[in-house]
Amino acid sequence: MLTYLLKRLGLVVPIALAVSAVCFSLVYLAPGDPLSAIVPSDASVELIDQLKKEYGLDKPIPVQYALWLGRATVGDLGTSIATGRPVASEIGKAIGNTLVLAFAACLVGFTLGAVFGTIAGYFNGSWVDKTVSAISVAGVSVPHYWLGMVLVIVFSVILGWLPAMGAGPGGSGEWRWDAEHLKHIILPAITLSVIPTGIITRTVRALVADVLSKEFVTALVAKGLSQGAVFFHVVKNIAPTALAVMGVQLGYLMGGSILVETVFSWPGTGFLLNTAIFQRDIPLLQGTILVLAMFFVALNLLVDIVQTGLDPRIRRA
Amino acid sequence: MSRHVRVAAALLGGAVVAFASPSGAQGTLRIAMTAADIPVPNGQTDQGAEGMRFIGYTVFDALVNWDLSSADKPAGLAPGLATEWKSDPKDRMKWTFRIRDGARFHDGSTFTAQAAVWNLDKILNTASPQYDARQAAQGRGRIPTVRSYRAVDDRTLEIVTSEPDALLPYQITFIVMSSPAQWEKVGRSWEKFVQSPSGTGPWKVERYVPRERAELVRNPDYWDGKRVPKADRMVLLPVPEGGSRVAALLSGQVDWIEAPPTDAIAQLRAKGNQITANVYPHVWPWHFSRVEGSPWNDIRVRKAANLAVDRAGMKKLLGGMMLEAKGMVPPNSPWFGKPAFELKYDPAEARRLLKEAGYSKEKPLVLKTIISASGSGQMQPMLMNEFIQQNLADVGIKVEFDVVEWNALVANWRAGAKDPTTRGATATNSSYFAQDPFTALIRHLDSQLVAPRGTNWGYYSDPELDTLFKVARYNFDPDVQLRAIQKAHERFVNEALFLYVAHDVGPRALAPRVKGFVQAQSWYQDFSPVAVTK
Repeated sequence: MLTYLLKRLGLVVPIALAVSAVCFSLVYLAPGDPLSAIVPSDASVELIDQLKKEYGLDKPIPVQYALWLGRATVGDLGTSIATGRPVASEIGKAIGNTLVLAFAACLVGFTLGAVFGTIAGYFNGSWVDKTVSAISVAGVSVPHYWLGMVLVIVFSVILGWLPAMGAGPGGSGEWRWDAEHLKHIILPAITLSVIPTGIITRTVRALVADVLSKEFVTALVAKGLSQGAVFFHVVKNIAPTALAVMGVQLGYLMGGSILVETVFSWPGTGFLLNTAIFQRDIPLLQGTILVLAMFFVALNLLVDIVQTGLDPRIRRA
Repeated sequence: MSRHVRVAAALLGGAVVAFASPSGAQGTLRIAMTAADIPVPNGQTDQGAEGMRFIGYTVFDALVNWDLSSADKPAGLAPGLATEWKSDPKDRMKWTFRIRDGARFHDGSTFTAQAAVWNLDKILNTASPQYDARQAAQGRGRIPTVRSYRAVDDRTLEIVTSEPDALLPYQITFIVMSSPAQWEKVGRSWEKFVQSPSGTGPWKVERYVPRERAELVRNPDYWDGKRVPKADRMVLLPVPEGGSRVAALLSGQVDWIEAPPTDAIAQLRAKGNQITANVYPHVWPWHFSRVEGSPWNDIRVRKAANLAVDRAGMKKLLGGMMLEAKGMVPPNSPWFGKPAFELKYDPAEARRLLKEAGYSKEKPLVLKTIISASGSGQMQPMLMNEFIQQNLADVGIKVEFDVVEWNALVANWRAGAKDPTTRGATATNSSYFAQDPFTALIRHLDSQLVAPRGTNWGYYSDPELDTLFKVARYNFDPDVQLRAIQKAHERFVNEALFLYVAHDVGPRALAPRVKGFVQAQSWYQDFSPVAVTK
């Protein structure tokens, strides 16, 4: 197990390098100018060339990449071109907000997904199964930014119950666990939870149905075990795979909430990425993607460890 | 419904109602901007015209300000931190600005000519300790002719330009003044300065949280008593998504939104919100390439295109939120002049001109135009361009679009029509700021301002126009200068040098409780007369 963990940790370095190199190249392949965020639109090419020198953007791209990488290895992700603020602090603040939102969405999505999936699995082939399956397909298919807008129209504009945007009262982005802040998270969390709800429902349904059809379950029932005891065995058997899917979903929620965060003006990493893309803010874009990629890698590792703990049949050598 | 369900519903409803947001306090104006970040309150702020509107001219002042008090006439220059300014009749390159007595920064220090020099060093003198590359990026290009400057005494600032520049007062409006004393006090750091900024403006920054909000409070000691704000507080929120801004206003989270989407205006009005709009120095044209081989080198084609566009129809399509263009500047501009060529919808005449030029619907002129799907000041570019595409097809011009991202369009515009990124296009659709004679006219067609020196995208060269631009820039007699600008604009229209389409009217939506706003004919606005009632 230790060897496996060390191997996995060793893989983090090439993954980080690959992610940063691809990201750096893609940003430069896109048309536009990284200084566009800080110069007036009618700034002459002459002026921009002068500023490029001041910002070190006149150097060849591989040199810029090497310089950036050198600083990143010691934790310095550079300074945002658009804002002049350290990238690390920008990401640090945004990632906290995204984590809160992602965990809230997971709480909703994983709970509903597990419940719906289990019910559908137990009633495999019945109208209950078909109804739940239809709901899960809808969950996966509905564009979540569209759903977000609909929820805003209904609950913010028409009913006036919940705020339409922001992470806290008055545009506050400092998350606190109080009623004022909680009401800001309800709509974005529900919106964001729809896809994981659908995916987890489908996964759990298939797993439960599969496990229930196994001979050992028939044997357990024949031995006279109660429904609750059988259910415990079913859960034990589906847990490793379900957890793996949940881990991946959490990873997606961390980095894949650009649209939802933009619709709700939620000051997280998705909102930050969106801004960085439109402003061509290369250091901010680089830093955010790298941190999210590392988060994804760490999450996968964590899921692997938990899976191993839950299922001794999985051998990590 | 069972009793349990009713109880659960009541509890759920109660919980949700308990979470409902209270309305804002009296006297607090909450604004949803279109920017994705709060403009940096360092002085020479970012986020374009929106940054200057909400931070540049609220927290700070320039030597020369804009008069934003009237909705009925284009905003003109007004004394700011300088009470008067003049160029030396014996040496037109020497300007003297008389510094206002009694203007104080928010930290209590006095604004002097030395403070003005310090601020010019901040953006022009790389050797000065207060030099800030970010502020320089915003300001340096605005005053390219400033060669040197000095404080003659506390109340007199002298600026020397590299050539006679009669338009300097317009350009100097872009340069706002930060407090040298505050910068010293916070440890000579711009990063720390933005956490407790200090300008001389009618609003003071109480709180600045990047990407989240800025809270400004009224400056009761503002040097211009008439412009001391009525509201106690102004909260600025970055909400770049149009639909989110509308929802925020309708749900009572903000009192004012910038640029509501056109299709939401009827709904906003129906809910009792005020929609304000006014023409301002903005133009939405197609900028023609005049490089060799461009079809736009034929005046018949240029005029035909201008006569083929049904601007009134487009206005209807945009819910009335545009002014039909009659030239580069709106007809009420003092620079409009009396052009002979009238921009009207006359497809028959357009067809006749094109036929003369050798084109028809059967044998159309085929060309490509660079457009963007969105962008600052671009209004609704896809909708509007597709409308034009149909209009032009009706008379015999078949247009293909090269749709690029806004930053790519701007980059190509800077690089010029000969740049490889133009990819065979012969026109580009970039909306323009037209606040002063240089930005409205000169920068687009002065033969000296082709890339990389300037933004004459189409490589246009016309000695007659160059002469008029020189008079506008170098002649210090206001009447002669005005006449030269008018004649230049007349030539812009008579020669159909652009495809003139629309002027934006800067729509805003204000909650019924917002009172006293006068929408100036400007990119900037005065928030001082605005009050928020309960």
